[in-house]
Amino acid sequence: MFRNQYDTDVTTWSPAGRLFQVEYAMEAVKQGSAAIGLRSATHVVLATVNKATSELSSHQKKIFKVDDHIGVAIAGLTADGRVLSRYLRNECINHSFVYESPLPVARLVVQLADKAQVCTQRSWKRPYGVGLLVAGLDENGAHLYYNCPSGNYFEYQAFAIGSRSQAAKTYLERRFDNFEKYSREELIKDGIFAVKETLQGEKLTNSICTVAIVGVGEPFHIIDPQTVQQVIESFDIGEEAPAAVEEGGPAPEAEAAPMDI
Amino acid sequence: MEWAKDNIRANAIAPGLILTPLAKTVSDFHRWNPYVTGTSVLGLKYKDGIILAADMGGSYGSTLRYKSVERLKPIGKHTILGASGEISDFQEILRYLDELIIYDLMWDDGNSLGPKEVHSYLNRVMYNRRNKFNPLWNSLVVGGVKNGQKYLGMVGMIGTHYEDNHVATGFGNHLARPIMRAEWHEDMSFEDAVKLLEKCLLVLLYRDRSAINKFQIAKITKDGVTISEPYALKTFWGFSAFQNPSKGAEGSW
Amino acid sequence: MALRGDWVYENNGGTCVAIAGLDYCVVAADTRLSVGYSIHTRDYSKICKLADKCVLASSGFQGDMKALQKNLAAKHLIYQHQHNKQMSCPAMARLLSNTLYYKRFFPYYTFNILGGLDSEGKGCVYTYDAVGSYERVGYSCQGTGGALIMPVLDNQLKSPSPLLLPTRDAVTPLSESEAVDLVKDVFASATERDIYTGDKLEIIVVNAAGIRQEFLDLRKD
Repeated sequence: MFRNQYDTDVTTWSPAGRLFQVEYAMEAVKQGSAAIGLRSATHVVLATVNKATSELSSHQKKIFKVDDHIGVAIAGLTADGRVLSRYLRNECINHSFVYESPLPVARLVVQLADKAQVCTQRSWKRPYGVGLLVAGLDENGAHLYYNCPSGNYFEYQAFAIGSRSQAAKTYLERRFDNFEKYSREELIKDGIFAVKETLQGEKLTNSICTVAIVGVGEPFHIIDPQTVQQVIESFDIGEEAPAAVEEGGPAPEAEAAPMDI
Repeated sequence: MEWAKDNIRANAIAPGLILTPLAKTVSDFHRWNPYVTGTSVLGLKYKDGIILAADMGGSYGSTLRYKSVERLKPIGKHTILGASGEISDFQEILRYLDELIIYDLMWDDGNSLGPKEVHSYLNRVMYNRRNKFNPLWNSLVVGGVKNGQKYLGMVGMIGTHYEDNHVATGFGNHLARPIMRAEWHEDMSFEDAVKLLEKCLLVLLYRDRSAINKFQIAKITKDGVTISEPYALKTFWGFSAFQNPSKGAEGSW
Repeated sequence: MALRGDWVYENNGGTCVAIAGLDYCVVAADTRLSVGYSIHTRDYSKICKLADKCVLASSGFQGDMKALQKNLAAKHLIYQHQHNKQMSCPAMARLLSNTLYYKRFFPYYTFNILGGLDSEGKGCVYTYDAVGSYERVGYSCQGTGGALIMPVLDNQLKSPSPLLLPTRDAVTPLSESEAVDLVKDVFASATERDIYTGDKLEIIVVNAAGIRQEFLDLRKD
């Protein structure tokens, strides 16, 4: 009955100072299956939940290698994620062609954010409906960034995006103090634990989650499913759902302006 | 012959300039020939970093036209660049690099281009220009220190590039490299390195007619760049081979 | 192109040799980089690892050499992103041919040999001219010392005539270590007479175990 008058195109402001189309794009990120990232001083781990759209189909790829030193995990429109991954790969190849050195992660992330920003300011464009967790290693150490459809980007010690990511965030928030000095194995373990949090009781197996890592002396790669299964079994993460009650911690989002996330 | 008429105009700009079917206009001439050139640049690694040396002469053909040309320049925080060949092209390259370094600085994210990146970039610039048949008429020496790594490389006019422990352009490759090969070693002190370079510069001064006795030495270490004030070397022209060069080869010339 | 001058090219010298065996491939090149009578550096690697089982050795103009190597490396990266695997040696061979021919009218002044293992694990050698015509052979050599080395390889490797029908396999009967020794000998010999070959020999051996590298000092004069 009362249709929102201010959401018909991206360039229209609402009187409250909001861009609804951009916020809708960010909603798309929340609907995608979860992606999680966490980093120590030397390594970054990405983990995703794989959801098949139907019993008959396989799941879509949610983690992409960008270069030896950078990889991304996506949540939201996978198709947009693929396009952006290809852009990131191109930027890396071009940089190493000209300078014979890897592109610093922070720069790649800014270029990506600038690309997303353009779509929030052109009437004939549509914002990308995908959030990207960018994991990378450069001269300044390991980095984890989150790139948002709004063109905002943030650096994190650990973060989760996508559906039911709040549970994973809560888990990570409880533990991130120690992440800086974690070993790669500990990072992988906590990554998988965080994935488990988003499942809300569903059984965790290697077919439902993909884990990738990049770090010092270790180019970005997806950890093979058997290893993931071993970790799941050795820590008994699979079955029981421990105190998965906790119903969304303090929910800080309520206060923050939507564009900030 | 349209281009032949231009010879008169061309001659006013550069005495002795001859236009040919290949270089039909004055701008074509500039494309295929250098105007004001600098001679050899020398560079070597030493214990704490890199030093480069070059004289300050700018030759207009065989005339020593300029005598205070700075051919060693700092590029950002970690790199020094030396150039021989066309001076105007070198100054154009410096403008490219200025833009590059400022753009790099503007990211303000703690990352910066090191000598390796600058070397690779310069190679792309030189190679691209030769691909467009419009080369930058220079040989460049790139040196630097970043993250405790010493780097010394060379790029030629058409994009030939390499790294080594010591490099020299032009005449320097013929006259100075053999001396450096004989005397260079990995952990040279700064004093020894300067001494070696000055020995090479002196040889070049004696044998390269474009070389002049006014030099600069540039040093780069982890603490930054220092480029010396211009100075001269003590020469000795009394060698018997200079007094009577054909002695011992009577009758040949 | 009326303005083309010979100044756009330079021959930086160097020699490359490759020998394919039943389950290995040896690729070797010297490390001298020179122009005219002047040596730029005595330690420039002319061999480029393009894929897990594929290496490229080139001689000619160094600027073009490096541009070609970077070009192929970038294309291979894209291939890996798209196909999630390493390019096979025969695929790389065709890519190299196309890359060279793409510049048919302003060629890369490079003389290439591609060596590695094919998808069956058999040694393979592809030899090229500067504009991309290529052939799979059992052994080959290219570069300034090529003319000195080729007849020695012909004599020692006794490859079956390509005219024989049905065609016979071109791989050489030598064992891996015999092939490496032969490569060392032909380079030592070429160095004696070719001023553009010398300083150091870089040998790459590709076999089922992976890629191995070794060096041998050559004459420096």
